[in-house]
Amino acid sequence: MRQPDALTDLIRERLMPFPKAHFLAAGDLNAATAPALLDLADAFVDLNRSNAKGLDLMRGRTVVNLFFENSTRTSASFEIAAKRLGADVTALSPRTSSVAKGETLIDTAATLNAMKPDVLVIRHSASGAADLLSQKVGCAVVNAGDGRHEHPTQALLDLLSLRRAFGDVGGLTVAICGDIAHSRVARSNVALLSMMGARVRLIGPPTLVPGDADRWGCEVFHDMKDGLQGCDVVMMLRLQLERMEGALVPSTREYFRFWGLDREKLAWAKPGAKVMHPGPMNRGVEIDSDVADDLSVSLIQDQVEMGVAARMAVLAALSVRLDGAAA
Amino acid sequence: MSAISSTALAILNARLIDPASDYDGPGAVLVEDGRIVEVIRGTHAVAPAGIRVIDADGRCLAPGLIDIRVKTGEPGAEPKETLKSAAQSAAAGGVTTIVIQPDTDPAIDDPAMIDFIQRRGAALGLVNVRAAGAATRTCDGQRMAEIGLMDEVGALYFTDVDRVISNTRTLQRVMSYAATFNALISCRPADPWLSEGAVATSGELATRLGLSSVPAIAERIQLERDLALVEQTGARFLVDQISTEGALETLARARAKGLEIAASVSVNHLCFNEIDIGDYRTFYRLDPPLRSEADRQALIEAVREGLIDVITSAHAPAPAEDKRRPFSEATPGAIGLETLLPAALTLHHEAGLDLLDVLRPLTTGPASLLGLEAGRLAEGAPADLILFDANAPVVIDAATLKSKSKNSPFDGRRLQGKVLLTVVGGRIVHGDV
Repeated sequence: MRQPDALTDLIRERLMPFPKAHFLAAGDLNAATAPALLDLADAFVDLNRSNAKGLDLMRGRTVVNLFFENSTRTSASFEIAAKRLGADVTALSPRTSSVAKGETLIDTAATLNAMKPDVLVIRHSASGAADLLSQKVGCAVVNAGDGRHEHPTQALLDLLSLRRAFGDVGGLTVAICGDIAHSRVARSNVALLSMMGARVRLIGPPTLVPGDADRWGCEVFHDMKDGLQGCDVVMMLRLQLERMEGALVPSTREYFRFWGLDREKLAWAKPGAKVMHPGPMNRGVEIDSDVADDLSVSLIQDQVEMGVAARMAVLAALSVRLDGAAA
Repeated sequence: MSAISSTALAILNARLIDPASDYDGPGAVLVEDGRIVEVIRGTHAVAPAGIRVIDADGRCLAPGLIDIRVKTGEPGAEPKETLKSAAQSAAAGGVTTIVIQPDTDPAIDDPAMIDFIQRRGAALGLVNVRAAGAATRTCDGQRMAEIGLMDEVGALYFTDVDRVISNTRTLQRVMSYAATFNALISCRPADPWLSEGAVATSGELATRLGLSSVPAIAERIQLERDLALVEQTGARFLVDQISTEGALETLARARAKGLEIAASVSVNHLCFNEIDIGDYRTFYRLDPPLRSEADRQALIEAVREGLIDVITSAHAPAPAEDKRRPFSEATPGAIGLETLLPAALTLHHEAGLDLLDVLRPLTTGPASLLGLEAGRLAEGAPADLILFDANAPVVIDAATLKSKSKNSPFDGRRLQGKVLLTVVGGRIVHGDV
């Protein structure tokens, strides 16, 4: 491990302005800026593993976490990332406050905007909510998940985990399995992985895979055995339990039988294939604990760790851009 | 001023466009006591002495537009639109008759409410304000409304507007009951289960944006049901806001079998397609949602061929606070009274329809469907007229529109066609020449 001073120098050397004013979708990055951001994130991984985690890159900056949907892990990940960079963090869950009183998203945004935060991190149940917010506020907006549209920092942390596990993402075959139709994680990952030269497959029952997903440049499979052949990575998606019980699939046990990842199905993929899951997992529904907890194949814990580093990279880069705008 | 000169008007040197008689050529119109007293074809007209004369200078003189699908907020939601602001919009847009939709609060579902709308409208002295009645009480899709009584006091047709009567037995009873009065029933064809929660049409864009979507076939599925009931009950029927190619095929088949079914389309679906929703632009969130370009082209062809009888503005005011929301939470609909003519004229300028074919579904089409005297340039007809320049370029600025709500999808668009003069019952209600 590097010495703290050398590490700080490395971070400063790799600091870059974020390519856009906001991070709303995977498409805000490109094949040049995404790897540069990952290089920065790599340095933050080292920092996070050291004993001196605190930096002052965002000292005096205010980050507001605005989570209209419940999320423990993503909001904690953003909060820790911002605090390690020295920012002041305020976390709001408007579900329980002003929204209940009839305030709209725009009202809430205008109110917060008047308090002059530097970065707004938003999660909302409506697709396009982050986009709308970015048009109405003066600060940088980070999309932490909008409906079933995008969750770009998740795709970035997945990319970071893959790059560290495989060295290079280009040429990998990645299968994204499960509820593609309702998944923002799938949309962001399809965009970012394709951008970085990976081949993406989508696997799931027809009720959970959009009919026109083949037009995203992905191969679509409805059968796990066919779809997993030759895959380097199997990325499982969370299946919302309310979509079970006869709505989109007949039952959890039937789903697990045909699309749940267990040892038997994992054996259909390439030997040495890695398993990912954005969490939180439904054990025994989309993934068997035996696979999820096997550190020789599972990257799931890595993903959580990489989440903090990737979000630090995004926040730090946005901060550099804000510094540039102020200068 | 003499009694005659105060109510008499001559518009000379015009290009008359009268879809009812298929005439597009030079001419003049004389008006007295609110009615057309003479239509002179050719260039030889001379006005009698002592009456007001307007020189049209070769511009188009046509029957005033009839818009059979206008929502207001009166009663119940006046901040978004009143009958007055809607009538002012209509006058500015060359729309001389508007048919108010019954899904107000309270709903227009009894004869007193029909009377209320007509009286309030008449008192404004702007355009003809008529009303459609609810097909079921409070538009609840369950209990039949007083169709006979509303028909008697002037309701022009019966509809639950955007709400689908999902209970087939209820619709069957409404249709067979309405048939006794020869009353017109209008339904939106949209399978309620496939449409549930949908804010866009299924397709690559909706999937990428992560929006709940409805497949285009939902329209055809429901239309097949509705037309089977029409066949069985003998009701007069209007397909409200047809929007997909598949449903047009169903309509054409039913017509070929001899069923008398009318169909309307909103001008928005003739001008825009699903791509216009772009990055969640909520002013393009409509109901029915915008469709594919193939659907739009099929709709234009259907207007050209006369398969579609009526073009509406589908005027649906929504204030900014209802539109500046995430796409799925925004109120659907767009205002359109004031932009109806230039929007429809895109069919002339871009799709090559002649002016008669563009104006037919805006004038004589709805007039004959609803049994109105207006909608034609003929002696004895009400003097509801518009003078317009079909080629004048306009840039739509929503902020200047007269509607109380400014949710126009045409905001910033460059169109052609400008209403110069709107005459209702012989009175000039908009413009001066």
